[in-house]
Amino acid sequence: MPIRSIKGALKVLVLVAIFFTGVWSQSSGVIDDFIWYLPDVQYLMVQHIWLTLMSGSLAIVVAIPLGIVLSRPKMSGVAESLMQVLNVGTTIPTLAVLALSMSFLGIGTVPAVFGLFVATLLPITRNTYTGLKGVNPALMEAAAGIGMSPMQRLFKVELPNALYVIFAGMRTALTINVGTVPLAFLIGAGGLGELIFTGIDLYDPVMMLSGAIPTALLAIVVDALIALVAFLLVPRGVNPARA
Amino acid sequence: MIRLDNLTKVFDTPKGAVVAADHINMEVPEGEICILIGPSGCGKTSTLKMINRIIKPTAGKVFINGDDTTGLDTQTLRRNIGYVIQQIGLFPNMTIEENITIVPKLLGWDKAKYKARAREMMAMIALEPDAFLKRFPSELSGGQQQRIGVARALAADPPVMLMDEPFGAIDPINRAVIQDEFLKMQQELNKTIMFVSHDIDEAIKMGDRIAVFREGKLVQYSTPDDLLGAPKNAFVESFLGEDRALKRLNLVKVREIVTNEIGTVMPSDTLETAMAKIDDYGYQNAILMVNERKQPAGIIDRSVARTTKGYCRDHFQAVPAVIGLDDDLRKAASLMFAHGQTWLPCVNEEGTVCGQITQRAMTSHLGARYRARQGDDRKPSAAIKE
Repeated sequence: MPIRSIKGALKVLVLVAIFFTGVWSQSSGVIDDFIWYLPDVQYLMVQHIWLTLMSGSLAIVVAIPLGIVLSRPKMSGVAESLMQVLNVGTTIPTLAVLALSMSFLGIGTVPAVFGLFVATLLPITRNTYTGLKGVNPALMEAAAGIGMSPMQRLFKVELPNALYVIFAGMRTALTINVGTVPLAFLIGAGGLGELIFTGIDLYDPVMMLSGAIPTALLAIVVDALIALVAFLLVPRGVNPARA
Repeated sequence: MIRLDNLTKVFDTPKGAVVAADHINMEVPEGEICILIGPSGCGKTSTLKMINRIIKPTAGKVFINGDDTTGLDTQTLRRNIGYVIQQIGLFPNMTIEENITIVPKLLGWDKAKYKARAREMMAMIALEPDAFLKRFPSELSGGQQQRIGVARALAADPPVMLMDEPFGAIDPINRAVIQDEFLKMQQELNKTIMFVSHDIDEAIKMGDRIAVFREGKLVQYSTPDDLLGAPKNAFVESFLGEDRALKRLNLVKVREIVTNEIGTVMPSDTLETAMAKIDDYGYQNAILMVNERKQPAGIIDRSVARTTKGYCRDHFQAVPAVIGLDDDLRKAASLMFAHGQTWLPCVNEEGTVCGQITQRAMTSHLGARYRARQGDDRKPSAAIKE
């Protein structure tokens, strides 16, 4: 087979590499090692998903109304400074947040969910706030001018037009959430972090990877799922993905 | 009918109080378009937006069809006033149909009624309902979007409309088309309209009345013809521009200054008769020849009539131009300049000659108002209340 370009050569190279990795992992028994961890992965993954689901949905339920309240004209005096506080809050490492919540709530699932909730809250609130603030003022004037009540304006004009930005916030927040859940193991909440951290401690790369790879895959799946929901929920006229 | 009674707006700014509108008193009779015009910051937009309380008045009252709106709930008030803004403000998340039917829905119309209304509105603005109703605003051109904007404002059939530079963001060619369409619609709809513009030509074209604002005050409020003919002060004069006499050409119809007396000859007349008639009427260059149905058939030149013998039918030239009674003076002037004529024969709808229009008559009609004003400065100029 003649190779016509560098790109073609690279493709062939990658295929060859994959093939030999496969051959090597079969012959060295790595695949069998991974399969050995499969029941653990299944059990911990359920815990992992559960932690994400709890903290994530709690964050969405709190963050979106919070963003809406902050974006109201009456709140304009305090909103900016409060958003600054939230922004500073984002810079605190999640590990520190988890440690703090452990010192108040003890160990186990509850402090972990709380810590993850705090870490997830901020991006969603910020995007809800900026999304709503970013709605074209002409739309707001038109909506007011034709006699919509403030609630009708919010639900028929503001939210639909800010929805894409709000969903972008949820995507970022929940993807980070999935990637942060392994830390929850450190305060005794389980999850795939159990394999990762134990693998590091035991200097067992296969164990570590059998925690890390499913975490990464989970993050990708969550991101794709939210993208799909956004694609379906954001009205066609304001959905760049459907334009 | 819209009546403003001492409407005042004072903005508190860090630099102190700014009076955006200072005791504005005016009345727009039912079915008329009133254009608010003036330089930016003159209070025209504030005045307009106080009517539907986008800007809350500091003092004063707004009456719509004779009723004081002060006690009215803001939402109810706005749902009964059509509102069109320069930025159009169609909701991008809704289809064209949803945009148009939004006010009827707010007013609680049933589904069949507002769906039918949407199609009716589309027909009115000359856009194909089946092709457009299910589309989104972003898929339409600017001109089409503003037509939809007008349709949305008219959907619930409000008696009053407020328009804030509605055609300002549309390119000049489309703007002229939309203006014409809108005037045609208005002839049937007969809405009472307040319209903010910064373009004096648009104001003259669209307005039944024009209100000129300056620094929060209403300087002059009169019909376009009065405004151009008798500007109240130097500010209004400069605002109207140096060519304001020419702008009036648009407003005056040939019918208003046509002289019914016109000497004509028939093809069967001799050139001697023609010459005699030319002298009788005191024409300088030529006389019009008409056929038996009194339609213009040609002109007989004075020099030909004097030097030649024979019948008119053998010695006429083509009629350079005729003008209809309902054409405006702008067209008449243009035809005169184009053909080097000082007069034009006028024809009615059937095409029969009914008089003539001369350059001198046009000049004196347009000039009369200015001379009257120069001679008498106390002349009351239209309905001004200060």
